[in-house]
Amino acid sequence: MSSTAVGAEHHDHGPAKGLKRWLYTTNHKDIGTMYLVLSFVMFLYGGAFAMGIRLELFEPGIQYFSPEKYNQMITMHGLIMVFGAVMPAFVGLANWMIPLQIGAPDMALPRMNNWSFWILPFAFSMLSMTTFMDGGAPNFGWTFYAPLSTTYAPPSTTFFIFAVHMMGISSIMGAINVIVTIFNMRAPGMTWMKMPLFVWTWLITAFLLIAAMPVLAGAVTMMLFDIHLGTSFFDAAGGGDPVLFQHIFWFFGHPEVYIMILPAFGVVSAILPAFARKPLFGYTSMVWAVASIALLSFIVWAHHMFLVGMPLVAELFFMYATMLIAIPTGIKVFNWMATLYQGSITFETPMLFALAFLVLFTCGGLSGLMLSIGPADFQYHDTYFVVAHFHYVLVPGAVFAIMAGAYYWLPKWTGHMYDERLGKIHFWLSFISINVTFFPQHFLGLAGMPRRIPDYALMFSDFNMMSSIGGLTYGVSQLLFVYIIIKCVRGGEKASEKPWDGAEGLEWTVPSPAPYHTFSTPPKVD
Amino acid sequence: MADSSYYVPESSRHPVLASIGMFVMLFGLGMIMNHSEADGSMTGPIVVCSVGFVFFAYVLWQWFSDVIRENHQGLTSLQLKDSYAMGMSWFIFSEVMFFAAFFGALFYVRSFVVPWLGGEGDKASSHLLWSDFRAMWPPMSNPDNTLYPAMTGVVHWNEIPLINTVLLLASSVTVHFSHHALLHDERSKFQAWLGITILLGAVFVYYQAAEYEHAWNDLSITLNSGIYGSTFYMLTGFHGLHVTLGAFMLLVMLLRSFKGHFTKDDHFGFAAASWYWHFVDVVWVGLFLFVYIL
Amino acid sequence: MRILSFLALALYASTGFADWQLNMPQGVTSSSNEIYDLHQLILWICAVIGLLVTAGIGYCLIKFRKSKGAVPAKWDENLFAEVTWTVIPTIILVLMAIPASKTLANLYDTSNSEVDILVTGYQWKWQYEYIDEEVGFFSNMSTPRDQIEGDAEKGEHYLLEVDEPMVVPVGKKIRLLLTAKDVIHSWWIPEFGVKKDAVPGFINESWMVIDEPGVYRGQCTELCGKDHGFMPVVVHAVSEQEYDAWVAGKKEIAAQAALASMKTYSKDELMAEGEAVYMRTCAACHQANGTGIPAAGFPSLIGSPLIEGDVAGHIDIVLNGKPATAMQAFAAQLNDVELAAVVTYERNAWGNDKGDVVQPADVAAMRAEKE
Ligand code: HEA
Ligand code: HEA
Ligand code: HEC
Ligand code: CUA
Ligand SMILES: [Cu+2]
Repeated sequence: MSSTAVGAEHHDHGPAKGLKRWLYTTNHKDIGTMYLVLSFVMFLYGGAFAMGIRLELFEPGIQYFSPEKYNQMITMHGLIMVFGAVMPAFVGLANWMIPLQIGAPDMALPRMNNWSFWILPFAFSMLSMTTFMDGGAPNFGWTFYAPLSTTYAPPSTTFFIFAVHMMGISSIMGAINVIVTIFNMRAPGMTWMKMPLFVWTWLITAFLLIAAMPVLAGAVTMMLFDIHLGTSFFDAAGGGDPVLFQHIFWFFGHPEVYIMILPAFGVVSAILPAFARKPLFGYTSMVWAVASIALLSFIVWAHHMFLVGMPLVAELFFMYATMLIAIPTGIKVFNWMATLYQGSITFETPMLFALAFLVLFTCGGLSGLMLSIGPADFQYHDTYFVVAHFHYVLVPGAVFAIMAGAYYWLPKWTGHMYDERLGKIHFWLSFISINVTFFPQHFLGLAGMPRRIPDYALMFSDFNMMSSIGGLTYGVSQLLFVYIIIKCVRGGEKASEKPWDGAEGLEWTVPSPAPYHTFSTPPKVD
Repeated sequence: MADSSYYVPESSRHPVLASIGMFVMLFGLGMIMNHSEADGSMTGPIVVCSVGFVFFAYVLWQWFSDVIRENHQGLTSLQLKDSYAMGMSWFIFSEVMFFAAFFGALFYVRSFVVPWLGGEGDKASSHLLWSDFRAMWPPMSNPDNTLYPAMTGVVHWNEIPLINTVLLLASSVTVHFSHHALLHDERSKFQAWLGITILLGAVFVYYQAAEYEHAWNDLSITLNSGIYGSTFYMLTGFHGLHVTLGAFMLLVMLLRSFKGHFTKDDHFGFAAASWYWHFVDVVWVGLFLFVYIL
Repeated sequence: MRILSFLALALYASTGFADWQLNMPQGVTSSSNEIYDLHQLILWICAVIGLLVTAGIGYCLIKFRKSKGAVPAKWDENLFAEVTWTVIPTIILVLMAIPASKTLANLYDTSNSEVDILVTGYQWKWQYEYIDEEVGFFSNMSTPRDQIEGDAEKGEHYLLEVDEPMVVPVGKKIRLLLTAKDVIHSWWIPEFGVKKDAVPGFINESWMVIDEPGVYRGQCTELCGKDHGFMPVVVHAVSEQEYDAWVAGKKEIAAQAALASMKTYSKDELMAEGEAVYMRTCAACHQANGTGIPAAGFPSLIGSPLIEGDVAGHIDIVLNGKPATAMQAFAAQLNDVELAAVVTYERNAWGNDKGDVVQPADVAAMRAEKE
């Protein structure tokens, strides 16, 4: 028989042995683990490029990398971090936690789930292979604006395009799986408004993915045609427009940044109540806030394009629409604060990361709000102020939330407690160094340092040196995280079913580590 | 909502193999495209691409066979069938968004770019750079006619496109009849209507090819003839590809029906293919309106 | 908390302190001043909100610790609170949107200009054409390579200096028409509050009225390839008389160049001039020693096919470029003397011992043929 109906006959069906287990698996926990491992490898890989960037910018002059290498580094850094580190990490968390949190035995479409994962290593191999091709890796930034990415691009761009196609296919299938699982696999009694916020945020994220990724696929397909088949989508000489590319890219790109933050909201919404020992404040409005952020995210894309010469009305429209996003996001921030208020708070590592997220994400969100003010963006655009903004929302935002989630759920995944003392050291090192890295970049941007330059004028030296020192420290600190994880997987204090006394949710009703097949009979939710 | 016996398929080697196939196929395609600019031999790239494609197709074939076999063994629960149905619907939604990107490009170019280049609207001063260019749609000349040789005529909506519209709309109706027949357990009617649908699809593709031939050779509308040709071939080309794929899916369903597959309350494969067909049809209506008529 | 001290630093900074420049420059145009005021407003609003949020969280963390015996409350809703923190932010946003909209509308008003300049971005230099004066020239970065590579002391205006700055009169409304020849560039002078993309095939507009004479520096702010970081913008704002004199001088130079192209030059003269032109115009891609960067698509010129071939092909590619590659047409960028010199130089430098000499007349002939 080629398949099993779990529950009836094969109750304690365990994992296969060896490499095959991972290659052929249909188990959401295995797949979740593979996603998480891949994403961490990619984080180191993309981080290595970041280290190269910070090394080159340590002082003025060209030191280690030629300008063309530098451009390749920022491109690979951006692409790998966004598509390789952050997105797969959240998919990994989704795979592990969504079935556990809604009382499902697995994801709805387990084989497709494995396919979503296995496409990724091949996609990133293809992307990485461009480094060794004629003309080098893509060098046009992670936003690959035409015509730099078409007429003037290196030949390896063809492979870059196919790599993006593959990532898109993977994300779309992953998102379909999440949506179907949530719609179709909830345990009896797990009504919509009982679902943990992590599930809600992922449901909405999955919708964003299905709506945005195909548009990206369309954009790169048009690039492919312009490069190889003579079309003129992005060339005025044939009646096209380079700015058309930007419109399509950002129609994907802006939802994309929320794809990277909404699941983070979900993780934080699980952790804050757990360590404040008080239920999440304003559950209903949290759900509505996420939904409104997601809807708004489709009508704000051109705030990345305030300087391309859009008509005034368009400029105003996109400015107002963007500003509106501050309202639902503000609701979330204030609700989290209200969750802390009159709680009974302790400071385990996940909580520390979640609290840092709360403060620093707000910081990044507020600089985002400044960017959304069209005329002010005339000065901020394409400077380090923007770099500071998005790293604040992405690193102490998305990445901190991922780490918070990892610490929070590690006991459930491995059955062991991680080393709390090392965890705290990891947190404080990360927290301090990330601010040293990115806070000075606000000043650099305001003082006039453009982004994407390998060398800079002398007045920017001091802050760049500071930022580099912070960046390198942050990078090295992450090696501690590697050690903590390995140590925790290997052994450590046994974790109970529910190691956090304030935690809520179905995942804490099963043993730690969670058995290979959970909920073979659906739990009752009341 | 849930019944008590969840279904989790045994581990499967299809996903990894399919990924490898996809990788090899795309890598070969990339080699072909990049090679086409040098004068070296193309055999290698073509072999790589074809091997990848065949392998990929083979793995998918095996994969689908497994799914069908499991269903016949009665392993597919009602819940899983729901999952399949939902999965298919969201997949179609993603396809809608894919086309939306191309339609968006068309609208943007028509309503903004071409007028700007021709000296109208907010960026009218751009006309300084292309003083010979006049804005109209379809554009019968390009800003730079040496890089993008202008087309010499336009396709008329009331010729082949109209016929094709009728064909495709009719096929949507016939596939519905066929579904209806299946629901009433009238197998031969089901097969007949399905066959007619596939035939209509095939004729559509044939006419589309004929129209391409006419546009390319008689009207000089090519991929290189400026933005009209670009959007025209991009939209109709991807649509045509989807029609082909949809027809292939229906054909597979027809063959399966001869093998005795599908019953009146278990025919997800056929239903999915027919939804896909309706979707392709709706896209065509959009194309007919925005590419041909308006 | 660390973040607090940083925020405090930011606030301190916004009052315009210290020789580390921390804040946006106030600038010398009405636009830049308006933007600066708007920036101050939103910076303060955001800083205060940020501080309040941080303080609120800090308060909870201190007050409601389990270690201090805090007992968790049970409530998880409060309609009044939620309405409050929906309504107040909305009001704040409206207050920000009003001045922002006004400023934006003003920045878009390019009417009634007195001087019109067409600014064209190239990989990696700017071209300025004064539309009413028939004056035009290119502006290349003039920072020497050895400063960049660390072999020489870096100068005061490292990377922010050019061979020929744009010159404009103060007190007049200047309209910029921005476009590009290859990829997208973006023209920025922070002190003017003017930043606008230069998109190939389209013309964007922007404007400024400069209040004070001086030298203003900025950079290209859209990634445009290898030397995006080496594409400075420098503007000299001068009094009206000085501006008029400068225009007259420019016209004079153009007239002389036309005369010069009638002459016949010796090989040494051509080689000397050619080397200068080459270093200024071609070395960015083909490198000072002619080896190019083949890995990045810039071919070596040593023994390359077109240089090995006859002179006509060589002149042709320099004059007309190769469409859809980074090799641009230099016909409009260099005059006949410069073109003749650079071609002669390339044919005889780095061991390319072709020995032939190209005269301005040869180039003029090829130009005429093309037209
Ligand atoms: C996780 C990713 C993420 C998130 C969440 C955000 C969130 C936001 N971003 Fe950001 N952004 C990026 C990632 C992200 N961004 C990236 C990667 C880029 C650069 C891309 C590139 O060019 O390479 C970018 C660039 C970018 C730009 C373009 C800048 C430029 O290139 O010139 C703009 C402009 O409007 C912008 C705005 C915003 C806004 C308004 C929000 C809002 O969602 C923020 C909302 C949050 C708050 C406002 C704080 C909390 C609210 C309160 C405490 C309530 C009270 C507040 C008030 C009422 C004031 N972002
Ligand atoms: C989620 C996304 C994400 C994340 C996590 C990061 C993380 C970091 N980023 Fe990045 N960044 C982007 C997304 C992200 N970035 C994007 C989208 C861009 C724009 C690209 C573009 O312009 O197109 C960008 C651009 C960007 C720039 C601007 C470049 C420029 O404009 O010229 C800089 C400069 O400081 C920078 C720095 C950093 C640093 C120091 C980190 C640190 O947080 C990194 C932490 C480092 C590690 C985790 C490394 C650990 C590894 C080691 C210590 C080495 C071990 C070695 C091996 C294993 C081989 N990033
Ligand atoms: C922005 C980059 C750039 C600049 C500046 C540039 N070139 Fe080039 N050049 C190229 C590229 C790219 C090619 C290759 C074009 C192709 O065939 O694809 C090229 C090709 C050439 C060739 C032909 C080489 C051969 O035999 O194939 C010559 C000759 C040449 N350039 C001369 C010059 C001269 C003279 C200048 C300055 C006046 C100059 N180039 C400035 C990028 C540049
Ligand atoms: Cu020109 Cu950047
Ligand atoms: Cu955005």
